[in-house]
Amino acid sequence: MADYGFDTLAVHAGAQPDPATGARITPIYQTSAYVFEDADQAAALFNLQVFGNIYSRIMNPTVAVMEERIAALEGGTAGLAAASGHAAQHLVFHTIMEPGAEFIAARQLYGGSVNQFGQSFKKYDWHVRWADSTDADSFKRAVTDKTRAIFCESIANPGGVISDLEGIARVAADAGVPFIVDNTLATPYLLRPFEWGAHIVVHSATKFLGGHGNSLAGAIVEAGTFDWARSGNYKTMTEANASYHGLRFYETFGDFAFCVAARALSLRDLGPCLAPMNAFLVLTGMETLPLRMRRHCDNALGIAQWLQSDPRVAWVNYAGLETHALHAAHQKYCPKGAGSVFTFGLKGGYEAGVRLVNGVRIFSHLANIGDTRSLIIHPASTTHRQLSDEDRVKAGAGPEVVRLSIGIEDIKDLIADLDQGMGPKPG
Amino acid sequence: MPYPNYPDALIARILRSIKTIAMVGASPNESRPSYFAMKYLLDKGFKIIPVNPGVAGKDILGQKVYASVSELPLPVDMIDIFRNSEAAGPITDEVIANKDRLGVKILWMQLGVINQEAAARAEAAGLTVIMNRCPKIEYGRLSGEIGWYGVNRRTIDNRKHATFNAGGSLRRA
Repeated sequence: MADYGFDTLAVHAGAQPDPATGARITPIYQTSAYVFEDADQAAALFNLQVFGNIYSRIMNPTVAVMEERIAALEGGTAGLAAASGHAAQHLVFHTIMEPGAEFIAARQLYGGSVNQFGQSFKKYDWHVRWADSTDADSFKRAVTDKTRAIFCESIANPGGVISDLEGIARVAADAGVPFIVDNTLATPYLLRPFEWGAHIVVHSATKFLGGHGNSLAGAIVEAGTFDWARSGNYKTMTEANASYHGLRFYETFGDFAFCVAARALSLRDLGPCLAPMNAFLVLTGMETLPLRMRRHCDNALGIAQWLQSDPRVAWVNYAGLETHALHAAHQKYCPKGAGSVFTFGLKGGYEAGVRLVNGVRIFSHLANIGDTRSLIIHPASTTHRQLSDEDRVKAGAGPEVVRLSIGIEDIKDLIADLDQGMGPKPG
Repeated sequence: MPYPNYPDALIARILRSIKTIAMVGASPNESRPSYFAMKYLLDKGFKIIPVNPGVAGKDILGQKVYASVSELPLPVDMIDIFRNSEAAGPITDEVIANKDRLGVKILWMQLGVINQEAAARAEAAGLTVIMNRCPKIEYGRLSGEIGWYGVNRRTIDNRKHATFNAGGSLRRA
């Protein structure tokens, strides 16, 4: 095919005029189930011998367009949507892991993922070992004979940290395990993890992909480059499956087998499917992803620079700043922008943080990121309130820390809002 | 995109033009990929002739199985090799020897099957060769159906397809 550019794919990939009506916009196929042509076709569908729709827990034509579009933007072979980013991660690990198995994850991670990996997954007897996403050797040291996957975020929440994808990918390749990257904060517009050796990408599409703060959604994309058969450790992929008459997923579906297995087994049996309405909203959002990301990043850099020069601010943790320790990593992995989520510290500590979130009039005080609207949160008084002072500091949520997710409004208005919210300058 | 590269237009032209496919290595085991591909292509209206010496004389999906390419009845437009890359060599030579008798125009080797020497011999004999592809997946990709599984079809499509009754179709509305 033609080598279409990213912005063209963002608008068109996965979609085509509706075959029944000619509708140009992808319809919202608001249906639970799909009629079979006859008993023979029904059997072939259930056996995965033909492509087609059965039941919207497993597939839906609106959701499928979103899956294919994300796969195209990431440069992968196939995609699979889920009800949320967390659900997508659950499906990935359910397809990879067996009881007693381990995986290694960067400790610079969205707090919700820390809970999912460290607490909930224990109930499946899956165990996480932690490493540092800026230090590939720390992953190498954590590899054991039980390691089945390596996981990190490309740009780590709450921002500022650009992971050493190339180095970590080398560790995964040496260990013979798949490298999974959460690309939520970067989006494929800024960074495509497959180009650095990742095998699977996961997204919370709730954030920049959807982009408008109106829909929970998650997605998985596979590169089609991991050899699931070599180690013999990925039974779901390689062994005859009893619920599909002895079908072997990897042998049958080749370079898109991971997404088929995650769909036909994990999504089918665990059930966290994406609603077609949400897929439609994410699809609409994705059409403007390149435009929005350019604006998000421009605004974020401008605000980070303004904050850095302000006497009320102690520090700014944004890799887009030339003085930041990870500026070189930003130039290497995502030169188009360092994202729009970052933290900064207020000299006035806890009270100054509370004053700012109470004082802003444009920034919304809430626990989300990646919205057209600018968002603000003071972790010490909200998301990290339950932790001890010491644990808060360790989690990067000290009393003076404020996290911003910069939107696409006029930058002069955002700066004026932060300026008035921070109160009078000292002296 | 898998190696080697073929333009979508070439694959589409092949799948639109052929009627009869002899599938070498077709299996009667319904959990095997070759059975899946045969079932799908039959469903799309192709005539499929299975070739498998182990079950010659029996039926797979209602189609009589032949022992070898040399024993195939005519006409056959395309030979699809569902065997490993090494086995594709002698099968290709048998196809070349029977090319004029059968009217074969296309030699297709399945996903994972690449044999450059055999391909060169077949091309020198006037055959069009496709390697490392599955006709089922390519048909599903170009008709749009495989997108229902979230597979990246690597195409952009601004046309309305005819998909009534028999699932996806490569026919244009």
